[in-house]
Amino acid sequence: MTDQTEAGEILSAPLIIEYPFKRTTGPIIGAFLTGLREQVLVGSKAEDGRVIVPPAEFDPVSGNDLTELVEVGPEGVIATWAWVTAPHAKHPLDDPFAWVLVTLDGADTPMLGALKADGIDAVSTGARVKPVWAEEREGHIDDIAHWVLVDDADEGDRA
Amino acid sequence: MRDIAVISFAQTPARRSVPELNEVEMLMPAVHGALEQVDMTIDDIGFTCSGSTDYLAGTAFSFVSTLDSVGPWPPIQESHVEMDGAWALYEAWVKLQLGEIDTALVYAYAKSSPGDLPMVLTRQLDPITVGPLWADSVSLAALQARSLLDSGKATEADMAEVVARSRKDALGNPNAQLAWDRSAEDILAEEYHIAPLRKSDCAPITDGAAAIVLAAGDVARSKVKRPAWIRGIDHRVEPIHLGLRDLTISASTSIAAGKAGVADGKVDIAELHAPFSHQELILKEAIGLGDDTTINPSGGALAANAMMTAGLIRIGEVATRISNGEADRGVAHATSGPCLQQNLVTVLEGEN
Amino acid sequence: MPEIQLPASLQDVEAVRSVRTPARLDYTFTPGDATSRFLAGITQKKIIGQQANPDSRVYVPARGADPELGAATPIEVEVAQVGTVTSFCVVNLQFYGSGMEIPYTSALILLDGADLSIMHLIQEIPADQVRIGMRVEAVWRDDADIEPTLESIKWFRPTGEPDDVNVRIPGEIRGTGLGSWVGGVAPTELTVRNPRTGEGGTAEFGGEG
Repeated sequence: MTDQTEAGEILSAPLIIEYPFKRTTGPIIGAFLTGLREQVLVGSKAEDGRVIVPPAEFDPVSGNDLTELVEVGPEGVIATWAWVTAPHAKHPLDDPFAWVLVTLDGADTPMLGALKADGIDAVSTGARVKPVWAEEREGHIDDIAHWVLVDDADEGDRA
Repeated sequence: MRDIAVISFAQTPARRSVPELNEVEMLMPAVHGALEQVDMTIDDIGFTCSGSTDYLAGTAFSFVSTLDSVGPWPPIQESHVEMDGAWALYEAWVKLQLGEIDTALVYAYAKSSPGDLPMVLTRQLDPITVGPLWADSVSLAALQARSLLDSGKATEADMAEVVARSRKDALGNPNAQLAWDRSAEDILAEEYHIAPLRKSDCAPITDGAAAIVLAAGDVARSKVKRPAWIRGIDHRVEPIHLGLRDLTISASTSIAAGKAGVADGKVDIAELHAPFSHQELILKEAIGLGDDTTINPSGGALAANAMMTAGLIRIGEVATRISNGEADRGVAHATSGPCLQQNLVTVLEGEN
Repeated sequence: MPEIQLPASLQDVEAVRSVRTPARLDYTFTPGDATSRFLAGITQKKIIGQQANPDSRVYVPARGADPELGAATPIEVEVAQVGTVTSFCVVNLQFYGSGMEIPYTSALILLDGADLSIMHLIQEIPADQVRIGMRVEAVWRDDADIEPTLESIKWFRPTGEPDDVNVRIPGEIRGTGLGSWVGGVAPTELTVRNPRTGEGGTAEFGGEG
């Protein structure tokens, strides 16, 4: 029997946890993802008439099922944003970018996305943005590659 | 309602990393300290409840092995929440209200250092529409801060004042991890981390543990001179989708504060669990605290923020100041989830 | 399920029903004090148990706290490298990450001098001949390959000694529930030791006892 000894240097080992989940979407989130694949953005109509994006399966006030999906966007305005100077390897964009909550045209609640912009000074609350779709889409949030600002030239194109 | 009090509180010194100990080894001094302060053993405890999450250190069911710190064999009455320990305290309080037990032990711990905490926390987001974007906890808090600034309710200077005051108060807290004396102007001169947040606006990443003993009525009075009685406690949750919430207010905190009876008397001190500086401003407004309340004398979460533990520590910090006579009535707040998603408010009071 | 009203643009396309959301988190694991001391023993080809006080149980491997006492386990005790199989299972599935040839046997082994069984592999005997009560010994890697990991013990193999007939049979509602008993001695019939007080007592077991 010996008394407690010094453990010496601290042992360490890499530990990698992987969650290879395939999730069942249900009809509401499934429709949202179907829309992304088809380059269409949809929200659900709440009992008070608000359009919620991404669609909610139940009314946030009453809890009742929401069943009416409506098309929104694809453009919207920035409700709030945050500038990431040093993106993490897991972030959607490699260069400095802005997280944005985007309120799509026709929607009442904003959704989260990553905005590609030239710099922090290019981004402002209220600015108009639009999605840039991934070339290959499968019904996944990553079907929106990122968002970009709608500049004056784009406005001209739209007109 | 039964009178239930916090009679003991212990915490480990907050550190960025405690690599030389596993979770139960780190936790034991807190649990043993809380019991020893009131000369109790686990056999004197009617119910044990803990708060933690296994995602932080990546060791599944680690909460089962940390239970060894209390001597759970032969089996004891216990429970666990994957929430801050403040919610474990709530469960213990409910159990005490049922009247079958007179004492409860509550503990919480976190070793965040083995992983990449802001990224680990993305796993609590909506797994289909947000999780795959890896929107980290600091980024989401920055979106909330921008909303608050845009609303005109606060400025970056207001945030810097919170930081300066918190870290200066932390100099008097032996368990603090981050404490210094710098001016708000100095903080505003820092570069942005994730704008509009600067590094100083963010809580440190902490390894640490804490424990509290609760007791009812005469048992509490027999153990300590001035128990910190829980006069009200309530918790509320907001939707998982950030877009469904007004991020410039904390509706759930306001309701919880109302139900807990914050406004029924003068509030001498408040310990608010605000991991980001702007969140203290939101919480102060939501709870309805005036300028006559001393906020976060411990330095708050900006001084140390062990996940799943910092909320329980807020309760302990208020209780300690009531028991030692520094304060007569105080409010403790705990939060969990992104951008103050879930909030718990406790009102504590001493008898004269 | 409620009827969903889709916008026209989505009415005639195949609906998405599932989505893959793989995620990976990277950690740097450190074992803590008790396990580090256990692994330090392994690098010297010793199996070190730990206990809270000279009279309390010896845990192998120790995880830092004695679950009966809620206390740290600072005292180190070297236990034997031979022990008794207290339970086992025969694995017929190829698990991800396992290089084992199936079928193979995983067993709980109560080392002489320990109060907690460790889990390890049984080899050098056909899987269908492994039995509870069998005496086994540790087989180490070559000295050059010894590392601070339980895998430095490749497996356990039969010693050839007679079986320990007092071993507890799984399904018997006896013992302490820890898969072992103090002193390696099975409790007498219908009597269990209270692990906290050390006192024996008559248990009123129903069922299959």
